[in-house]
Amino acid sequence: MAHIFFDHISTTPLDPRVYEAMKPYFLEWYGNPSSHIHDQGQAALVAVDAARGAVAGLVNADPREIVFTSGATEANNLAIKGVAEAHAKKGRHIIVSEVEHFSVMNSLLPLGNRGYEVTRLKVDRDGKVDPEDVRSEIRADTILISVMHANSEIGTIEPVAEIGRIAREREVLFHTDATASAGHVPLDVRETGADLVTLSGHNFYGPKGAGALFVRDGVALASQLDGGFQERGFRAGTENVPAVVGMGAAAGIAKAEMDGWGDRLRGLGKRLRDGIEATVSHVHFTGHATDRLPGHVSFWVEFAEGESLLLFLNLRGVMAASGSACSSNLRGHDEEDLVASPVLRAIGVPSDVCTGSITFSMGKGNTGEEVDEVLGVLPGIVRRLWDMSPTYLDYQKRGTR
Amino acid sequence: MAGPYSEKVMDHFMNPRNVGEIENADGVGEVGNPACGDMMRLYLKVDGGKIVDAKFRTFGCGAAIASSSMLTEMIKGKTIEEARAITNRHVADALDGLPPVKIHCSVMAEEAVKSALEDYARKHAG
Repeated sequence: MAHIFFDHISTTPLDPRVYEAMKPYFLEWYGNPSSHIHDQGQAALVAVDAARGAVAGLVNADPREIVFTSGATEANNLAIKGVAEAHAKKGRHIIVSEVEHFSVMNSLLPLGNRGYEVTRLKVDRDGKVDPEDVRSEIRADTILISVMHANSEIGTIEPVAEIGRIAREREVLFHTDATASAGHVPLDVRETGADLVTLSGHNFYGPKGAGALFVRDGVALASQLDGGFQERGFRAGTENVPAVVGMGAAAGIAKAEMDGWGDRLRGLGKRLRDGIEATVSHVHFTGHATDRLPGHVSFWVEFAEGESLLLFLNLRGVMAASGSACSSNLRGHDEEDLVASPVLRAIGVPSDVCTGSITFSMGKGNTGEEVDEVLGVLPGIVRRLWDMSPTYLDYQKRGTR
Repeated sequence: MAGPYSEKVMDHFMNPRNVGEIENADGVGEVGNPACGDMMRLYLKVDGGKIVDAKFRTFGCGAAIASSSMLTEMIKGKTIEEARAITNRHVADALDGLPPVKIHCSVMAEEAVKSALEDYARKHAG
């Protein structure tokens, strides 16, 4: 059976070159970078610093501005809570978009009990924040603006450079979560004017368990873990050396090769989108048409439910994602744990159809043949679900939805 | 590869029994709401106090489709009293269990048969 991975927003396969780079740091060089007087620790320290340099190079940062974390969730927690605590004297107002990842949104929740106020910016139908809305919401007590670089569900790339310019003018710190975009589209922290940037290793062909927060030199941040003085005091705990080395290797590869991947993936994305448009009716594409992640095709289908679409696709060897509530948390405790995508609600997709959402996200290893194979199975799967659906039957009888 | 569902659920999801509608059904039940992610419509043919045919259409997840399919299998040939006694637990057990977050899909099946039998009782009262 086919094995077509079109879910690169959830994670990416490890690049074999990254795997090779990591290998020596399991059995041969197992030292702790903080115990660097001896050879074992020194080898680990050198490796972590080399990785720091490579990750910094990916986003045009200084190596000293890279703080390694366990992943993007920790980096987002550190950025939001770290700024909130360190800048409470200036104020307690934070501005975010309403389409941020759960690790940003949920980091704000405990702050609400401590006198912080949060403004959630609306997005347009393409999922974009209007930079002028950012400008008009800034107050004297605003300490942080957090708007993601790209949205994983609908692919839209946000106008972060404009937002960064406004933040700088008004002297407010600006954080952008670049989990979905880093290593896929160029990101220059200087041009963007970002003070804090979240990066995730496993989203650009590196290993899980390594992420980073770019912290612009001079930005005050309260550490969220009590412990030793690793990572310039921003993040206590022994670094996950093999994963950090892997993230560094992946960053180096991405910097050198991503322009080529991007061009190819934009072509595959167009082929997939055009094919879906031609073969499946009642389809609505989501996200911005051009300002979007390469190889990312997202849409919703009327009269079909997302989890059923994913299950049938998987039975044909095609792996994708959905914002459907029914597919959101199959390991939860009860029905209350099933939540429809806030992103789809934010862009105005009616809740009764949110459920039919699909996100196909391709990666550098995908091919045109795989696109054609997906196009070969999708219309039949949709038809099969329509034939079972009472809402589709009613539509056919009435000729209206 | 083992997925989130039992083999029975996957079997009924992939090969649902009794999909369709019954013209001039003796009882029709509709429960759920597409806004909640699932909706089931159940059609019954009743003869001599027995359910002689049952068909369904369902909009929903794998568990919703499998619960609908299993329910129709369970009620065919049963008397009205027997069908009314079917609970969501019976449906979930017949499917070798459902994940806790999907128990509501079997509840939908139970409510569908009760709703269809109420419709039958209304139509055939006096």
